[in-house]
Amino acid sequence: MTATSTPSPHPAGTVRHGSSIGQPLTRRDGPLKVTGQARFTADNLPPGTLHAALCVARIAKGRVTGLDVAAAEAHPGVVAVMRPGHAPALAKDPDAKDGPFTFRLDLLQNDRVRYANQPIAVVIAETLEAATEGARLLAPTYAAETPRIGLDSGEPFTPDSVGVGAPPVQSEGDVEAGLAAASETIAATYETPAQYHNAMEPHAAVASWEGDRLTLLMPTQALAMSQGRLAGLFGIRPDDIHIDSPYLGGGFGSKGVPAGPQVLACMAAKLVGRPVKLVPTRTQMYGPMGHRGPTRQTIRLGADAAGKLTALDHHIRTASSSFDDFFEPAGRATSTLYASPAIAIRHEAVRLDTGTPLFMRAPGEASGSVALESALDEMAFALGMDPLEFRLANYAEVEPLTGKPFSSKALRECYRRGAEAFGWAGRPVQPRQTRDRDGFLVGTGMGTATFPALIFEGMARAEIRADGTGTVELGAIDMGQGAWTALAQIAADGLGIGMDALTFRMGSSDLPNAGIAGGSGHTATAGGAIHAAAGDVIRQLAELATNDPASPLYGAGNAGVTAADGRLTRRDDPGRGESVTDILRRAGRSSIEGRGKAGADPAAQASYAMHAHGAVFAEVKVDPDLGQIRVSRLTGAFAAGRVINPRLVQSQYYGGMIWGLSFALHERAEMDPRTGRFLNDNLAEYHVPVNADVPALEAILVHEDDAVVNALGVKGVGEIGITGTVGAIANAVWHATGVRVREMPITLDKLLG
Amino acid sequence: MRRFDYIRPASVPEAVAAGQHPGTAYLAAGTNLVDLMKGGVATPERVVDITRLPGLSAIERLPDGTTRVGALVRNSDLAHDPAFAKDYPMVAEALLAGASAQLRNAATVGGNLMQRTRCPYFTDAVSPCNKRAPGSGCAALGHATRIHAVQGWSAHCIATHPSDFCVPLAAFDAVVEIAGPDGDRAVPLTDFHRLPGDHPERETDLRPGELITALRLPPEAADFRAHARYLKVRDRTSYAFAVVSAAAALTLEGGRIGRARLALGGLALKPWRVAEAEAALAGQAPSPEAYAKAADAALAGAEPTGAANAFKIELARRVAVRALTQAAAGTPARIPALPASPFGIV
Repeated sequence: MTATSTPSPHPAGTVRHGSSIGQPLTRRDGPLKVTGQARFTADNLPPGTLHAALCVARIAKGRVTGLDVAAAEAHPGVVAVMRPGHAPALAKDPDAKDGPFTFRLDLLQNDRVRYANQPIAVVIAETLEAATEGARLLAPTYAAETPRIGLDSGEPFTPDSVGVGAPPVQSEGDVEAGLAAASETIAATYETPAQYHNAMEPHAAVASWEGDRLTLLMPTQALAMSQGRLAGLFGIRPDDIHIDSPYLGGGFGSKGVPAGPQVLACMAAKLVGRPVKLVPTRTQMYGPMGHRGPTRQTIRLGADAAGKLTALDHHIRTASSSFDDFFEPAGRATSTLYASPAIAIRHEAVRLDTGTPLFMRAPGEASGSVALESALDEMAFALGMDPLEFRLANYAEVEPLTGKPFSSKALRECYRRGAEAFGWAGRPVQPRQTRDRDGFLVGTGMGTATFPALIFEGMARAEIRADGTGTVELGAIDMGQGAWTALAQIAADGLGIGMDALTFRMGSSDLPNAGIAGGSGHTATAGGAIHAAAGDVIRQLAELATNDPASPLYGAGNAGVTAADGRLTRRDDPGRGESVTDILRRAGRSSIEGRGKAGADPAAQASYAMHAHGAVFAEVKVDPDLGQIRVSRLTGAFAAGRVINPRLVQSQYYGGMIWGLSFALHERAEMDPRTGRFLNDNLAEYHVPVNADVPALEAILVHEDDAVVNALGVKGVGEIGITGTVGAIANAVWHATGVRVREMPITLDKLLG
Repeated sequence: MRRFDYIRPASVPEAVAAGQHPGTAYLAAGTNLVDLMKGGVATPERVVDITRLPGLSAIERLPDGTTRVGALVRNSDLAHDPAFAKDYPMVAEALLAGASAQLRNAATVGGNLMQRTRCPYFTDAVSPCNKRAPGSGCAALGHATRIHAVQGWSAHCIATHPSDFCVPLAAFDAVVEIAGPDGDRAVPLTDFHRLPGDHPERETDLRPGELITALRLPPEAADFRAHARYLKVRDRTSYAFAVVSAAAALTLEGGRIGRARLALGGLALKPWRVAEAEAALAGQAPSPEAYAKAADAALAGAEPTGAANAFKIELARRVAVRALTQAAAGTPARIPALPASPFGIV
């Protein structure tokens, strides 16, 4: 079963004329989604499927001392209770680490509880209701221990690395000397809370086995990596695992690796010898699916009288779980954004009795950016400078810590365009100066946005046929960003055919490995692989034609031919060309297949710093008596290389800016310090913005050419919008009220004078 | 699933008969009950589905001017009923400030009164909670969050009532019509919800088997239509419970306040209405000073239950003052696009 042969219709069938890179096509999967025809994992129920329900720990640390298995098994409809000692044997310890993308999983190997909501048993039944009641009837008993909750728990240590393999400590120059020489210094501490991804779609799985072959319907951001992880756990070949993931209802990083409950679904199916469907509840997503680790960040800045930074010191405390490593790399933005003769970045961490943190919505940059952009704002005010002028005075012409030139950096143009569109000029430097006609305090603030331009390893297959149609396929993932559309545009252009002549397949592990849809690098990776595969097809076609004396292209040479509209044409003479159909028919070929891959260019990476940039401007209104906050305007201007589809890119920027608003004003996971249980593990109490919170948004696409970053010249657009925005809103709240809130989220109680 | 008896009676007397069985819950829209059942917080042995009962879905004006609203009238239907919204704009605004559009389309008037607290130690189904498991203790005590009470709490429970709708109803002396095994009776809304005291598990005045059939708004409530506002301070613009809310209604006579009504939400296990606060306003010229005196009276005796909710006392004062200010300024011609929001100015 491939992504295109599932019963669910796929957008591969819907087409539109005249499409190509740069066109603002609407989402090809849009009509399927709004009519309910797009089939997400949890929409599937193959014949004979059993339902599984998780029983999760209601303590955060300790041991399970009892499960009433007999009561659960006696419940009508219950087929099996999977638990430690009664679960399929694994080929590999799920706590074994073999790389930075391998995270330890709780798969019923023992009675230990390491965090609240950890799965401790799985009940498999004929109906969801029976499974759910069976899980309740297990009525676990525990030997609970006191959990470590909060950044002041435990002894801080310096982790070996932060994020995925980044150095925890970086420095250049002498920060203390820079501070001593400064005419103005500030030091401030900022806090960001634990946040949970809360993708709309849970981490569902529908698993079935035929012998040692596993078929798994599962939303994932990384098909091949998931195959590899599951193959290791089950002791089978990756090729014997078929994963189908045509649509994701959001991932935000939490679907970058298989979640424990998804593996448990596979184990359950093996245990009972029937297909099993497991859909965690919202509450069960607070624990085993990753989260953004909390941070406490202290920034010290020194500046001279002219407003040039003399020192930039960024100290971060964050947290990982008791049993695995992921440390929010909050210092990353600081290493690339502002010029200073002395920069020091240091991460330390504590271990808590929570699930392991994971990459979430601009990991590192989002948390670090709010501290850095707030501190820049505080320093600008101390200097009496306009915050934008201050940033321009410290514009990094080369990447500060490495000294590398940027492959491209249109940040000045972002500042200029954003400020102009927003109406930044003339903003009062002093806070609490402005009220609107209704008496609300009005403030404006800004922040710089940045995110690295990443690319991973990816492959694609392309084919063109004598009837003028083509096929492009790869294991790419649409997590809502629009990959079904943008990648198809690259594919159509690559083969030089219209979208109506293209069959485009993705979302299945049977297709060439297109890497992870993460790190805002999927268009570069998958698009680059498509570009290379299609280029391979065109190269072969051109060889056929230019070596064929009967072709009008004879002797034109490979480099002198372009492909468009189903034809090859001489670059130096657009009047001479012929159709793909004619070339193939004369050659006696029905089709030509090409393959291509993409990946980082080590030479370019050694020579250049590669980042997307942007500038975000926010206006907020605050009720002077009641403290309630409303973001009234958000304007962002972003430069991220070539734009494949401006409509989708704008949507990505909008989405990022809304998540920035969410970070600044809403998101915070609360835990009881005594038990480690969540106080708000649901979408009623864990706030993200609703439509009524989102103001008029403006996202400006600033032109940027980049011949170095990758073959397509694209940089990621998925995450950059959240960076810059959080700080811009925090700075605007200060500007409105004169109250500097350094603990996110900014809630009304913190503004009551 | 956990088994329970499901009964769908054909009439109110049948429902009441079925409801006398211990461990019965009446099911209307189920927007709260079903969630609590899924979470193991509510564990009824018998569910009596009243959604198809006849005669409980009308909005009527009685000859004496009383407005009678059937218990099964949907929140959104009531808020958008033109005659109701015209006479009781503060009630309509509170309804539209609650929950989400989807929930308002389902939720019923009677069910709104029966909402359970949002206290996380109640809803987690496992923490000590005297309301859920009498005698087990109160996990919130000493660990209050901003959701917890600053008025009317006891050493056994510091929860709050989440309803917006009930706040203006309390201010307007709404009356709850109840059918029961011993006949029909009527209870003032202000007596319907109970403060926790020594028995937090006793949440309302309902006796076993009793069923809410209607709400009555007395004729006098419509006298305030020109000067009545509901104001709700919250952490996001929609789909959020009140941090603090206020229902304020005035009659103005010759430049002075005639009668005043003031009830506060988010502070206690019931809408907080203080007679002294209203008395302090009667006969006064509308002024910030008068509002402040009323607000002080309404907050008399308030005590935080932790550092996290101490701010609510001063915030509630300010919300009361603002709501009274808005009420005096006059009810807007139409309900703002952001109902009850400080930013909902029209």
